[in-house]
Amino acid sequence: MDGTADFFRWLAEAHRIDVSIAYDPLDRKRFLIGLWTTIWLSGVCIGSSILVGLIGAWLHGARSAAARGAVQVFVQFFRNTPPLVQLAFFYFAVSAALPPVTDRFGASVPLIDNVGWAIVSFSLFAGAFNVEIFRSGIEAVPRATVEAAESLGYTRLAAYRHVVLPLAFRVCLPALGNNLVNLVKTTTLAYAIGVPELLYAASQVWSEVFNVREMMVVLLLTYVALVAVLVHGLRRWERAMRIPGYSA
Amino acid sequence: MNPGHVLGAPIVVLNRVEKRFGDNPVLRDVSFSVARGECVCVIGPSGSGKSTLLRAINALVPISAGSIAVDGIEVNDPKLDKLALRRRVGIVFQQYNLFPHKTALDNVMMAPIHVLKENPAEVEARARALIAKVRLTGKEAAYPGELSGGQQQRVAIARALAMNPKVMLFDEVTAALDPETKKEVLVTVRELAAEGMTCLLVTHEMGFAREVADHVYFTEDGVIVEHGPPAEFFGSPKQARTRAFLDQVL
Ligand SMILES: Nc1ncnc2c1ncn2[C@@H]1O[C@H](COP(=O)(O)OP(=O)(O)O)[C@@H](O)[C@H]1O
Ligand SMILES: [Mg+2]
Repeated sequence: MDGTADFFRWLAEAHRIDVSIAYDPLDRKRFLIGLWTTIWLSGVCIGSSILVGLIGAWLHGARSAAARGAVQVFVQFFRNTPPLVQLAFFYFAVSAALPPVTDRFGASVPLIDNVGWAIVSFSLFAGAFNVEIFRSGIEAVPRATVEAAESLGYTRLAAYRHVVLPLAFRVCLPALGNNLVNLVKTTTLAYAIGVPELLYAASQVWSEVFNVREMMVVLLLTYVALVAVLVHGLRRWERAMRIPGYSA
Repeated sequence: MNPGHVLGAPIVVLNRVEKRFGDNPVLRDVSFSVARGECVCVIGPSGSGKSTLLRAINALVPISAGSIAVDGIEVNDPKLDKLALRRRVGIVFQQYNLFPHKTALDNVMMAPIHVLKENPAEVEARARALIAKVRLTGKEAAYPGELSGGQQQRVAIARALAMNPKVMLFDEVTAALDPETKKEVLVTVRELAAEGMTCLLVTHEMGFAREVADHVYFTEDGVIVEHGPPAEFFGSPKQARTRAFLDQVL
């Protein structure tokens, strides 16, 4: 480890290639916090965007025309507007409309902080796409299979849970994977509202060390690695869910 | 015919049932009943409303007029307790419609566990016995996609039986099978009928209908044209339309 630090220190001094996060403890800590924040933010948003997708797809299949209409409006709105504008809308416009709360030191703080709004915003953004993805998967499940479940006494909800969703999920996994990769990349937008994720951490480093070039490369490589891990996980998942003798 | 059967009181009763899809009348003034332990066969050209009839009995399609009662449950009651109806009625479809993501054993076990909330260990014992009954011992861990059509259809029968239904509906369960595998399925259905299970089956297998049915109905264009005990029905059909149909298929 020390050898590595020495190497990068030498690289900076001798060749002016300054990867400060490799030898400077403070920079490394900032970077690792950024990395952790991105991972954590992505994880939470993946989970909640899937939940939004499931609920949306469920409501879309409901008998109530109002519920279907509401889902349509939601999907159109979040799919057809830029995510950065959505984030700003939540953080600046919606946040201001909510009543502030008093924290434990007696100060007046917003009900939902910047990290909270990033989560809400990205979950809805990716969730809107997930609604469409799940919907197409659900539509691919043969009506007759659902009827078989109904004939066995399954309620609509139970049939969804035990029959429709497991089958639909297998159909949508590739499209879902693409959307989740996009979501991970979209989390950099949280930089705009000061969430200390990777891009924010990198910018903190380069504004002090003036190593924009090096940090950009580090940033890109880090995202390549993060997305590779996600894609690998999704592939394994896809394989684990494969049904012998069945092609979706 | 099944001599030795003691037929009980009616368990399925249809009274003047009408069903229209839009302005296409599919069932017209259909009335009949099936007694406990009886095996009733429905035959008729395709498009005559046979599937619709079975689906109406199971409340998969609402009827337009008339009434259907199963074991005292009014099927067209707006406050119908669907679960109560469906645990009494098992249905087997032409295309098997197994759950492709579950093994044969799981297909049989799912509904009793998910719907009836029964103890999984007890359900498993029952499911294994049912798989043996339909002669599929050894295939418990196979997925539907790994089974032949006839094997899948027998899993579907076991799956319906796992709910301990009082009536079994069979909708052309051998129509999608080749002659060899057809036999395996028909053997299973015959056994069920012989054990006294109430069966209502739509079939194109005239020989089979003649052998297992207590009563045969011939439908065309949504009406019952003629019915009677199989010997009479097949031996001396009275209606010209019945004779024309039988001449065509026999
Ligand atoms: N869901 C439906 N919507 C509209 N028409 C239907 C529907 N199901 C069946 N039909 C029509 O009802 C008629 C009878 O169909 P079906 O009951 O499947 O006949 P069978 O099983 O005797 O071949 C057919 O003309 C068919 O097109
Ligand atoms: Mg049919």
